[in-house]
Parts: sequence; C-alpha cells; structure tokens
Amino acid sequence: MKRLLERWLPAYAILYVIFLYLPVLLLPVFSINASAVPKFPLTGYTLKWYEELPRTQALLDAAWNSLVVGVASAMLATVLGICAARAITRYRFPGRGTAHGLIMAPLVLPEIIVAVSMLLVLLRLGLSLSLFTVVLGHILICIPYSVSVLTAAFEGFDASLEEASADLGETAWGTFRRVTLPMVAPAIISSLLVSFTISLDDFIIAFFLGGTDATLPIYIWGQLRFAAKLPSVLALGTLLLVGSFALLTIAEILRRRAERRTQAPGVSLA
Amino acid sequence: MTAAAEGEIAYRKARPGSKPLLQSETARGLALVSPPLLYALVLLVVPILVVIAHSFWTQNYLTIDRTFTLEQYRIALTEPIYRDLLLRSLFISFSVSVLTVALAYPIAYYISFRGGRYKSLWLFLITIPFWTSYLLRVMSWKVILGYNGVLNSGLLGLGIIDEPSTALLYNSSAVIITLTHAWAAFAILPIFVSLEKVDRTLIEAATDLGDGPIRSFLRVTLPLSMPGVISALLIVMIPTVGDYVTPKLVGGKDGVMISNAIQAQFGKALNWPLGAALSVTTMVVVTAMAAASVLLLKLAARRAR
Repeated sequence: MKRLLERWLPAYAILYVIFLYLPVLLLPVFSINASAVPKFPLTGYTLKWYEELPRTQALLDAAWNSLVVGVASAMLATVLGICAARAITRYRFPGRGTAHGLIMAPLVLPEIIVAVSMLLVLLRLGLSLSLFTVVLGHILICIPYSVSVLTAAFEGFDASLEEASADLGETAWGTFRRVTLPMVAPAIISSLLVSFTISLDDFIIAFFLGGTDATLPIYIWGQLRFAAKLPSVLALGTLLLVGSFALLTIAEILRRRAERRTQAPGVSLA
Repeated sequence: MTAAAEGEIAYRKARPGSKPLLQSETARGLALVSPPLLYALVLLVVPILVVIAHSFWTQNYLTIDRTFTLEQYRIALTEPIYRDLLLRSLFISFSVSVLTVALAYPIAYYISFRGGRYKSLWLFLITIPFWTSYLLRVMSWKVILGYNGVLNSGLLGLGIIDEPSTALLYNSSAVIITLTHAWAAFAILPIFVSLEKVDRTLIEAATDLGDGPIRSFLRVTLPLSMPGVISALLIVMIPTVGDYVTPKLVGGKDGVMISNAIQAQFGKALNWPLGAALSVTTMVVVTAMAAASVLLLKLAARRAR
C-alpha cells in the first residue's frame, strides 16, 4: 500500500498539473495556427491573427477602459484593504469578527448576486451605468483578496518595532508611515497587482454594471459570437495570459520578499 | 527634514485634546475598520436588502407595486422552468464541489507531505492557470469539447472513434468539467493550509502504535484536515451555483443554469421582482445545501474514525 502511494501520488500530481494547464496552453498554440478553425492537425505557423489586433479600434478602446478600471479599482481596493487588514490584525474591538466576515463576504457569494444587487440599487437611484459603476463593483470584489494578502503581512509584523518607534517619540501616523508601511510595502504592491488582475479578468460585474462601456472581457464576449473572430480572440487571450503571468510572478516574488522580511511563514491566495 | 519635523511637532501640539479618544484601542480599531466596512455595507449589504425587498413586490411594466406578496416566490418555486433550472444548478454546483475537492485532496496532500522545499513552487504552479482569463478558459473548453474540437479531432486521428461525438459539448457534463477545472485552485489552497497544520508527530505516534498507513490517514490526517475540506467545499459550492459564463458558453440548451434566468429577468424580460426572488431563492437554497453537506461530512468523518 505504502509503495503504491509513493509511486502513484507523484504521477497523479503531474497528471493534475497537465489537466490544469492543457486548456490554458491551447490558446497560444491555436493563436499561431494558420487555420481559422481551432482543431488538430495544425495547418501552419502564422502571426496574422496578432497583426489584426492593433488595427481594431474597438479592441484598443476596450483595452484602455480595462486599464483605467483596473488601476482605479486596484488602488482604491488596496487602500481600503490596508485599513481592514491593519484594524483586524492590530486592534481588538467589538464586532471585529463580524466586520471581517462582512468585508470578506464577496469572496463566498455568487458573483451574479453581487452584480445584480448593485445593479438594482444603481438603477433605482437613477444612476447611469458606466466605467465608474464598474469600478465600484470591482473594488468590492477585490477587497477580500487584498485583505488576505495584507493580513498575512501585518500578522507576521513584529509589533516591538512599532513600540520602539513610539518610545522614541514618533507619532502614531509617523510610526505607521516610517516603520510599518516600508515593512509591508511588498505586500501592498502584491495586493495592487492581484487586484488589478482580478479587475482585468472580471466579466460578470462589467457585464451588468458597464452599460455601453466595454472592458476587455466584454469585448471578447462580443467577439465570441462570430466563429471567424475566434483566432484573433485566441491571440488576444495569449497576450493577456502572458501579461497576467508576468504581473503575478512579480506579485509572488514581492510577497515572498515581504514574508522573509517580516518572518511570517504562511500562504496567501496570490 | 526640518520642515517635516516642525510640522509634526505642530501637529502633536495641536492634538492633545483628541488624544485620549484616539489612544483607546477600540476607538482606533473601529476608526480604521470603518472605511472598508462602510463600503461593504453600502455596496453589498444594502443592495442585498433592496433585492430582498423587491422579491416581495410586483412589477407592471415599468412601475413597481409595493404591496407585500409571495407571488414571486410561488413562481420561482413552482413554475417548472425555474424549478428545473434551480435543481440543475444545485446538482451542478454539488457535483462540481465534490469532484473538485476529491481531485484536489491528493494533490494538496502530495504538496504538503512530499513537497519538500518545492512547496511554494508547486503552489505557484497550481495558482497560475486560475489567474488567466476566466472567459478564455471556458472558451478553451469549448474548443476542446466541440464537434470539430481538439478532443474529437484527436480521437479521430488516433482511430478511436469513426465520427465526431456530439455528446461532449452543450450539456451539464461539459459545464461540470469546465467548472471543476476553473475552481481547482480554490479547493487545493484551503486543504493544503489545513494539512500543513497537521502535527506530523501524531501520525508517527499512530504508526508506532501499530496503525497502518490507511488507518493512520483515516484516523489522524483526514479528521485533522477536515476544516480545510469543508472550507474548500463551501468556497466552490456557493459561487458555482450562480455561474453565468460557463452554462452560456458550453452548457447549450441542456446546461442552462439559474443565473441565466436571473440575468434575463433583469435584462430583456424586465421583471425585477421575479429576478430578485430567483436570486434570494438561489442564495437560501444553496446555503441550506452547503450546511447539509458540511453536517454530513462531519458525521462521515466521525464514523470513519
């Protein structure tokens, strides 16, 4: 039995990773395939699907919208995330658990419920749907991720450093700015990158709250109706894949650096 | 430097009145947590309450009639179309969560117990696909499972089948496969975290006292990792019940889920109260199913010991 386990477990792990990666790796493969229909055998190498991309104005507009929404959502979610993570790890106050639960709630709610509820309120208030309302929604769904990345960093933080700073006459704000903040800076950058990636990837919120303003996933959704557009979508998907991979690698390196700096072993979602 | 220092002194001098309040642990904590908490209250709790309110109203074209009624719930629960969609969504999210957790457990176990110094590399490897565009991963499965798709053309090329199979795409199984793939990381991480907390000496003790590997796993490792299994189950089950993209892209006619109906009520059909009632029903029913699953799992874990 033990032998069997020793032999099969690694094999299973490798098969599982293949299962995880196969669908993702098909995107780049078919994005450089000459045939417009994604099927085997491959018909030849081409870059024509990529060449089409920068000439499509709707795509460029959507990419710009996604960038604006992503940057705004990431920054605001991280600021709110810092407040939440700091309050939860550093202070004891009544209702702390409830507050934490509420802030993390979007993580365990069906996203469509979050989107529909916000949509209903916005429509009842007579607000028009735009990129601004998408940002409002994205902040809400990014905060839980930001909080979990930052809580790990704040938890591993040695409180005696702050006490030392206070003893040496620094104000609370001064201590935070000159001791705490630099220590958790890598986690903050990690939170920004993770939030940006979530915003960039989100479809449901943008679909319900975006009105006529399209972000990249909305643009892609529109293109999926036309079979002939599929290869360009795959090319675009490959570029997004490479982009997210780069951002997340940076986020992970920074998170590990933060972990080493604050000496906190642990796992975060990033 | 000096300007900043002077500014700080001035600031400190100007503040003594407010100091006692700010020094209180409770007040500071509350002050700090209030911006994100208010945000969640205003943009999540209030909207959900508004949805609940709407579910008890009715709509005539563009005007909302605010007389209390359970009519929407009657429609949501008894109209065959909505009842079927709800049952199918529950079936799909249940299958997906059980399947995802069952597939994820061995890999989490492998990383935790055999990962050695490559643990974080393994975890990174597993989370990467999860961060790539959700829409495109679903799209990818459509490409794999389609009539002219990768699987069909591959099987044809190998001579295993004579003509492309239509049974792969546009049904509930296609939705289940796609979602199982999409939520893998969400199941692996919590199970891994709880396995990491398992005290290895307890397993040694069980072995020393004569338990074989299976018995020590069932009586020590599995019960101790149950919190991770439960949170993995919940974190997959609850969100997947409301998935919109997957049924729309790979579900076809036989894979439509409740979210597609909810979207229709808020979009084309323009019946907010019914859409609201469907949303509330979905939330309540999935919570009940999740609670029942957790209870069952806990009972099973106790029996296994």
